Amino acid sequence: MPMTKVIADHEIVDIRIPANGHLFVTLKSPVDIPTVFPGNFAELHIAKSPEVFLRRPFGILDVDYEKRLISFYVKIVGKGTRELAKSKQGEKLNVIYPLGNSFTVSEKDKEVLIVGGGSGIATFILLGKSLKQNNVKATYLIGGRAKEDILLTNELKKFGQVLISTEDGSLGEKGFVTDHSIFKPGNFGFDKIYTCGPEPMMKAVGEIAHKHKIECEVSLENMMACGFGVCLCCVTETKDGNQRVCMEGPVFNTGTLQWFS
Amino acid sequence: MADLRINIHQLHFKNPVTTASGTFGFGEEYDDFMDLDLLGGFFTKGLTLKNREGNDYPRMAETASGMLNAVGLQNKGIDYFINGTYPRIKDYDTHIIANINGSTIEEYVEVAEKLNELEKVPAIELNISCPNVKEGGMLFGTSCPSAVAVTQAIREVYKKTLIVKLSPNVTDIAEIAKAVEGAGADAVSLINTLLGMAVNAETRKPVLSTVTGGLSGPAIKPVALRMVWQVFNAVNVPVFGIGGIMSATDAIEFMLAGASAIQVGTASFIDPQISIKIIDGINQYLDKNGIKSVNEIIGALEI
Repeated sequence: MPMTKVIADHEIVDIRIPANGHLFVTLKSPVDIPTVFPGNFAELHIAKSPEVFLRRPFGILDVDYEKRLISFYVKIVGKGTRELAKSKQGEKLNVIYPLGNSFTVSEKDKEVLIVGGGSGIATFILLGKSLKQNNVKATYLIGGRAKEDILLTNELKKFGQVLISTEDGSLGEKGFVTDHSIFKPGNFGFDKIYTCGPEPMMKAVGEIAHKHKIECEVSLENMMACGFGVCLCCVTETKDGNQRVCMEGPVFNTGTLQWFS
Repeated sequence: MADLRINIHQLHFKNPVTTASGTFGFGEEYDDFMDLDLLGGFFTKGLTLKNREGNDYPRMAETASGMLNAVGLQNKGIDYFINGTYPRIKDYDTHIIANINGSTIEEYVEVAEKLNELEKVPAIELNISCPNVKEGGMLFGTSCPSAVAVTQAIREVYKKTLIVKLSPNVTDIAEIAKAVEGAGADAVSLINTLLGMAVNAETRKPVLSTVTGGLSGPAIKPVALRMVWQVFNAVNVPVFGIGGIMSATDAIEFMLAGASAIQVGTASFIDPQISIKIIDGINQYLDKNGIKSVNEIIGALEI
């Protein structure tokens, strides 16, 4: 029987905290990495403390299939991510992936907007690669409290224009992402919006897409116990009833969610 | 290679390792990780007469060495199971045991009657211990008269092996076990989750949407072991031991305390291959100790 998921101990080959609260981890897989689609996530077993009993789900930042490397961008927000940040190069982590569905990329789209904040931008590199392959023009809009929160912009620039907004105005435009001038009439001409970040931000972005009558895909981050569809803890309300963020998601078309009814 | 086969009532199991309801979906979710045919059996997600959406999010809280859940029996109903799921899973070469639930005795009975027809479901696990539903569930399992009433009603209509899953949220679990044995249970399984809660000090709110939920994981293992031992000493029917089993050693401890078979639960969330590792580990333990059959360790606790 073919096993399509990787479940294996991976060596930490790089672990960095480039700015306070931000963590980059690169792992070496002992086996060939199966195709990872933009939006897919992995479950990391941190296993350093009885307080961190369950695995933690993280969106996959990037993959190097030749070197068998898989990387993650994590915001240090709770006990799990704090323990992960204490890990050292050379240590091993057990990882399961690829999990969940992915963003849908259509070559019919001419130009799309990708809006994110925090570790929500982790999946935007793979999304950018996929958009580029399909000749879809991408514009990124990245938001944060202050300039220290804005990472990965150099990497994202390879795939499209990068716009920035910060709440304190220390980088880019001042305000929330939804205050950005890209949303002003005359500036806005996108076929689709992708978004991942804090839920209030995603809802506000989803509402803009709704108003412009364009498609919007959001990637949700509900708490999960398993990550592969059996615990039924991570559900979100949809028009078809409660669905699992780990299986039917994490990417949902906002039209299927109960956000604007 | 030791002989791992065990019997529960009329059912022959290739080994004593099964997986607990609510932690194993309908089996097929694990195809990516393991060969299900290696298992002694698996218990399905809890089934009800009609579709249930379950409780609101959040339904989960991590705790030290464990977790609380408040899923609330989300499932698509018995007819969907019979017509949609069963045809996909019926050819696994392992016992598929349906976990059944109801708000009323009539609902339990209707679900059990429908399951009589399924050739590849040789047993049901009567769940009278779910702590996460407003009606039915644990309410049936926490008093002897109601536990007897529902067990008797199912016994009258269900022809195959009847396992009753017991709640630990009682003063004397051995009394309940004896009562359901008297009402016609062929086996008992224990423990279901322990009622617990989690609080967020910053927001001053409960973590779960339902305030309380069911605690599982290694945090509950000593309680579960104690209850399995008490029930083993009180009844003649076989016992499935459940509660925080994370390793072959844990499984062996439950069998020494009196379990004829075990269910692996929450551990599968962390390592979806753990049940297979536990089968291998039990075999190694038996070989190392020169024990020919796993039956020799059931209830072999020396006091």
